[in-house]
Amino acid sequence: MKVIRPGPELKRYTLPQLLKMRAENEGDRVALREKDFGIWNEVTYAEYYDKVRDFAHGLLELGYQPGEKFAVIAENIPEWVYAELAVQGLGGVSVGIYPSSVPAEVAYVMDYADVTMALVQDQEQADKLLEVKDELPGLRRIIYEDPRGMRNYDSDLFISFAEVIELGRKHRHADPRAYEDRLAAGRADDVAHFSLTSGTTGKPKAAMLTHKNLIHMGVALQEIDPLEPTDDYLSFLPLAWIGEQMMTMGMGLTGGFAVNFPEEVATAMGDLVEIGPHLMFSPPRVWEGIQSRIWVDISESYAFNRWAYRQLMKVGYRAADYRMRGKTMPWGLRLAYAFAHAVLFRPLKDQLGFLRLRRAYTGGAALGPDVFRFFHALGVNLKQIYGQTEITGIAFVHRDGDVRHDTVGVPIPGTEVKISEEGEILARSDAVCAGYYKRDNATAELLEGGWLHSGDAGYVTDDGHLVVIDRLSDVMHTADGEMFSPQFLENKLKFSPFIKEAVVYGDRRPYLAAFINIDPQTVGKWAEDRGLAYTTYMDLSGKPEVAELIKREVELVNADLPAGLRVRRFVLLFKLLDADDDELTRTGKVRRKFVAERYRDLVDALYGEATDVLVRTEFKYQDGSVQRVEANVRVVDLTDETARKGVGA
Amino acid sequence: MAQLSVENVTLSFGGINALNSVDIVVEPGELVSIIGPNGAGKTSLLNCISGFYHPTHGQITFEGNDLTKASPHTISGYGIARAFQNIELFGGVSVLENLMLARHTYLKYSIGAASVFYGAARRGEVENRRVVEDVIDFMELEPYRKALVGNLPYGVRKRVEVARALSLEPKLLLLDEPMAGMTLEEKEDMVRFILDILAERYTTVILIEHDLGIVMDISDRVYVLDFGMVIATGKPEDVAENPAVIEAYVGGAG
Repeated sequence: MKVIRPGPELKRYTLPQLLKMRAENEGDRVALREKDFGIWNEVTYAEYYDKVRDFAHGLLELGYQPGEKFAVIAENIPEWVYAELAVQGLGGVSVGIYPSSVPAEVAYVMDYADVTMALVQDQEQADKLLEVKDELPGLRRIIYEDPRGMRNYDSDLFISFAEVIELGRKHRHADPRAYEDRLAAGRADDVAHFSLTSGTTGKPKAAMLTHKNLIHMGVALQEIDPLEPTDDYLSFLPLAWIGEQMMTMGMGLTGGFAVNFPEEVATAMGDLVEIGPHLMFSPPRVWEGIQSRIWVDISESYAFNRWAYRQLMKVGYRAADYRMRGKTMPWGLRLAYAFAHAVLFRPLKDQLGFLRLRRAYTGGAALGPDVFRFFHALGVNLKQIYGQTEITGIAFVHRDGDVRHDTVGVPIPGTEVKISEEGEILARSDAVCAGYYKRDNATAELLEGGWLHSGDAGYVTDDGHLVVIDRLSDVMHTADGEMFSPQFLENKLKFSPFIKEAVVYGDRRPYLAAFINIDPQTVGKWAEDRGLAYTTYMDLSGKPEVAELIKREVELVNADLPAGLRVRRFVLLFKLLDADDDELTRTGKVRRKFVAERYRDLVDALYGEATDVLVRTEFKYQDGSVQRVEANVRVVDLTDETARKGVGA
Repeated sequence: MAQLSVENVTLSFGGINALNSVDIVVEPGELVSIIGPNGAGKTSLLNCISGFYHPTHGQITFEGNDLTKASPHTISGYGIARAFQNIELFGGVSVLENLMLARHTYLKYSIGAASVFYGAARRGEVENRRVVEDVIDFMELEPYRKALVGNLPYGVRKRVEVARALSLEPKLLLLDEPMAGMTLEEKEDMVRFILDILAERYTTVILIEHDLGIVMDISDRVYVLDFGMVIATGKPEDVAENPAVIEAYVGGAG
């Protein structure tokens, strides 16, 4: 048995066709694993294909018409991929919806995408659909995976996944070729999946990804970063996100490695340790979270441990600088690193489940240089990925031994890049999507002249690395005409372990100012260490000592910036910005305008004379109840320091 | 035939009657709540059913077995399990170990077999683990499987306490204030667990709870105790309008 390896010849097929090829060629190999009742259960390629085929037959039995849109609202479970591939095999389109979406968001997406059937994970998701069912006349059937609590639901609308499989078996006996004929008729250029753009501006749009897009992505990335078919991968980020679609579907079916599904979202980090994956792709917040967890644990340890950690990390950081540039380490350092690795880095990686990691990717937002160096010091080969949902998530990646935190890498094979006259990054490859569903004007803009318009401003360095500055539309000008990128500054602020979120303002304003969310974990620990008592997040944010701490952090950032780009005034927000309050997108990006509108009093205070401002606001809970909150917020002014430094210099 | 019947039970400590001629009947599959002001005798009644106290007078039978003079472990063998008000778990071991320990009455093998972990011991352990994992899944405790109980937040420990009782695969579950001290969200979760216990594990439930909103919402029948006596019984809506109940809770009109 020769295992199918990724190669350009795979680009002729559809994803479910690839699955069938694997099932016929290497049916006994493990394709999926799911932890259930505390045990990892294996699914081979043959079983995987059987499930997909039976589910597809079941859909036909339920009256699914090939070509219809099928939504999935679930955590990462094997049924997600069964349903997705079954729908695609029938010539339909799968639509991924984040399980954390509120009913109104679900209703919008399902209505916009003309969804006729859906797979939901459990009662929680089913209830969301029931709540908005009246707005969705096209929705005919809802399939649920977990029967728990579903006993009294309308059986004309709801049916369990197991029942659909059972219906499918019967249907297959009556009409054995119904699925396979349709599967064979599939073409690589058919639209396979709708991936929703995160919607930092306006309502989300569905990028129409074809089979060829996803397969090209998998083949091209594995050409530079090869994997073994025996490798393991843990699928724990939302499958509605392009990054997880890339890894689980695009990479998984072309690479043939085992995709593992955690028991619960909450157990993912524990399951990661048990699986010990060979590759990972996570947004920066996951990497930052791991780093800050280590940081907190070490700072709570004994003095000797803290001292040893600091010494060994110095060795790690020196080695990281060689590694990231791909240079050979001198012998002394190599020996010192071998020692540090044996006593600290190896056990640490073992505890995190990173021991077998060949490569780790970060993408979706910028990652701080310190975090990059930290992971390379441990010996984790962390690399930046850059690309939009519309180019199947990836167009650029760092090469091994050429990792630079200020760039996003070089194009993956088969990708051309060009910078437009306005400074916009344009790209062209087989991974560029077919456009936005039902948004012809936006599609025309996106694909103008045959190039994918990323909407990002950037430039290419002499050695071919791409540098991304910011969204083209987000580059702003102060009242003096000084150009700045708020996100760029926000990221600089967020590199501080004490700052969780920052929102920088200054468009057509005399100077730059910011909202800052402190990180409750690290600042909480900092406060505990100083015997500073606090109750809630609001209380902690209001402490003058915390304001001083953050002021020092902001000054550090300011020190590296030209005078016009320094943050002059800031406030510490009394609550964490939250996606449930529409302040962040579902992928965790700040909705700047909405936040400015909501906290208008605070923005006015930033550009006024006041040093204190009383804010009244309302929190609305999901059950509709409203809590009124009053908070006295202190405006921190850095003008004195800046002015003094200005005079001094 | 009633699954549990408490007939004319009186419990006296010295000259004080904690329970006074209490009659209670519970049918299989019912959710019966017992409410009443503090000191009304609710927990004393549960203590009589589970064998911690023995009634001074009267009789308690469960599926034809006389519980009146039976010991707690005999009663648990009949299929009655109890989740305590003040969380009775081992804080120093994991959730999984606590639940496995709860099943010790089902262990059928000798110390010798256990020490070599062979034959009956191995089969028994696997079978018990299967039951316990089922309960972990049911009570959604997967993230805490290996966590020490002592380190868990209060709301989760309450859930583990119910899971411990469920691990005995009871036919009748006694819940003593499972929602006391919980946040609204935790209470809603617990209500969902209780309804699922009834519907999907086919277990009869006797619930003691102070949150009357919840009691009236989910109970099939309610008994109201006051000063050790049943002062009202019936469907939640009938009990809520009963003048004697209103008087017990808010005091007489004077």
